[in-house]
Amino acid sequence: MTAATVAGPHQYMAEQMRWRWSEIAFWLATLLPFLVAPSYLVLANQVAITALFALSLDLILGFSGIVSLGHAAYFGVGAYAAGLASKWGWGEPLSGLLIAALAAGLLGYVTSFVIARFRHLALIMITLGLGLLLQEAANSASWLTGGFDGLQGIHTWSIFGEFHFDLYGYTAYGYSLSALFLIFLIARRLIYSPFGLALRGIRENGQRMPAIGAATREHIRTIYTIAAIIAGVAGALLAETTETVSLEVLGFQRSADVLVMLILGGTGRLYGGLIGAAVYMVARDQFSGLNPQYWYFWIGLLLIAVVMILPNGILGGLSLLARRLKVPS
Amino acid sequence: MSENALAARGVNKSFGSLVVAADVEINLPQGVRYALIGPNGAGKTTLINLMTGMLRPDAGHIFLGDEDITALPPEQRVWRGLVRTFQINSLFPHLTALESVTLAVCERRRVARTWWRPLTAYRSEVDEAYEILSSLMLAPVSHRLTRELAYGQQRLLEIALALATRPKVLLLDEPAAGVPRDESQELFTAIAGLSRDITVLFIEHDMELVFRFASRVIVMVGGRVLVEGTPQEIASDPQVRAVYLGKATGKADHG
Repeated sequence: MTAATVAGPHQYMAEQMRWRWSEIAFWLATLLPFLVAPSYLVLANQVAITALFALSLDLILGFSGIVSLGHAAYFGVGAYAAGLASKWGWGEPLSGLLIAALAAGLLGYVTSFVIARFRHLALIMITLGLGLLLQEAANSASWLTGGFDGLQGIHTWSIFGEFHFDLYGYTAYGYSLSALFLIFLIARRLIYSPFGLALRGIRENGQRMPAIGAATREHIRTIYTIAAIIAGVAGALLAETTETVSLEVLGFQRSADVLVMLILGGTGRLYGGLIGAAVYMVARDQFSGLNPQYWYFWIGLLLIAVVMILPNGILGGLSLLARRLKVPS
Repeated sequence: MSENALAARGVNKSFGSLVVAADVEINLPQGVRYALIGPNGAGKTTLINLMTGMLRPDAGHIFLGDEDITALPPEQRVWRGLVRTFQINSLFPHLTALESVTLAVCERRRVARTWWRPLTAYRSEVDEAYEILSSLMLAPVSHRLTRELAYGQQRLLEIALALATRPKVLLLDEPAAGVPRDESQELFTAIAGLSRDITVLFIEHDMELVFRFASRVIVMVGGRVLVEGTPQEIASDPQVRAVYLGKATGKADHG
């Protein structure tokens, strides 16, 4: 926040995309589970996967203003694509991610033509409908998906034939975290590109964009497809590291949860989904340990409290605090 | 027809029984400064909406130069040089002034699709945006968020966004709406200083500004073009006096 000093336009742009110390600290902290909490690596793996899923939602919701209540569709398609590839004899994990990316990206591209035509409430209904549609389709196609019993017989090979997926989640968390970090780097680059600026323009005032000559729908189609690909990769990571795929990957609950996590962490900040996923899932783990039957009560309380006290999510609150304390963030 | 930068031919539009444009004929020659005046509800903003593609006419055609653009979507009209501003600020609240104008420059240069190169690599786009802001005296606030700018500065940013698209024809919907009088003079001085290659049409209620900055005036009443002429002709036209100038002049309203 050094905007007070009149910097040149190029300095200003460069300053916007500079890596902050807090970012470096964040990524170093993601390595902590290996050292201090090896018994929580399985949970850490789930968090990393969900964080990637939330990052993908942030690209469309937080940066482009496209509301979705059916984002699990792409997560689920990615999970089934990787799971089926493995079941049919191809358990190589990295190419599994690629297959999932392709499948989810294709679905994302096709549906983006509908998405780009609508906004706000209509979008909520359409994405919700799409999610329900897909889950029922997967349920009825039990010859393919295993239906209610889930997809059986997935076996994920070792990474590079070196790193075997162990019971404690060392490899799983390392693998998911690497994927999260690499895709985060791509997303970060995207956000600070001319395209990223155009997306923020759509979020800020989609009606105004055509009047400055912006091909708004084309931009929306592109980012929606990219977000679908990332969601698909997240789904594939889950299928590969847990070696199961159940109908739940396509479920409404998953779409709603990821939305909640993103809002909890703070939308449009790249890290919001990551922090939201970590807070939400750790809280859920702790609450369900305390009180296995009523843990959603505490989650509900947490949500209301956060939104009331921190309307821009945890990160919004933190950046406000940083500004108050005049600490460079 | 080719000497006209923008033309409307027999344009009609109604919402139900309300006629907002009736056989509108307009010819804007290259480089002229036009004022569009008329009482509340005369259809001035509607005409801008029709010409820029925000509304589709029920009948009639819009020509940009020799090209019939009636069927083109708004952004494609912008690419061809027909650009507008809005009466009520329609900006990007959480983008800085520099980011907003850079965005418009990037869209014009067709680089807004690239997502694998950082903005810092687009130095000439950023330079151009900064130059436009400087030309409108916005350079000192270029790093401020739009929503933190003073109202008059936001009005200037509207014009900056339009200029970033390199317009051939610029339609300004009450560029000085809500701006204090002394500032609105400044704003119109900036508009008057625009390149003579740009044809300008502005809606304005302040007759003093109209007579000072327009070379020709179009008067609209009830969705129709009542009369067109030089400011002197308009001032002495009995019809115009009857429907428009006879009423309280110079008072800003929201038509």
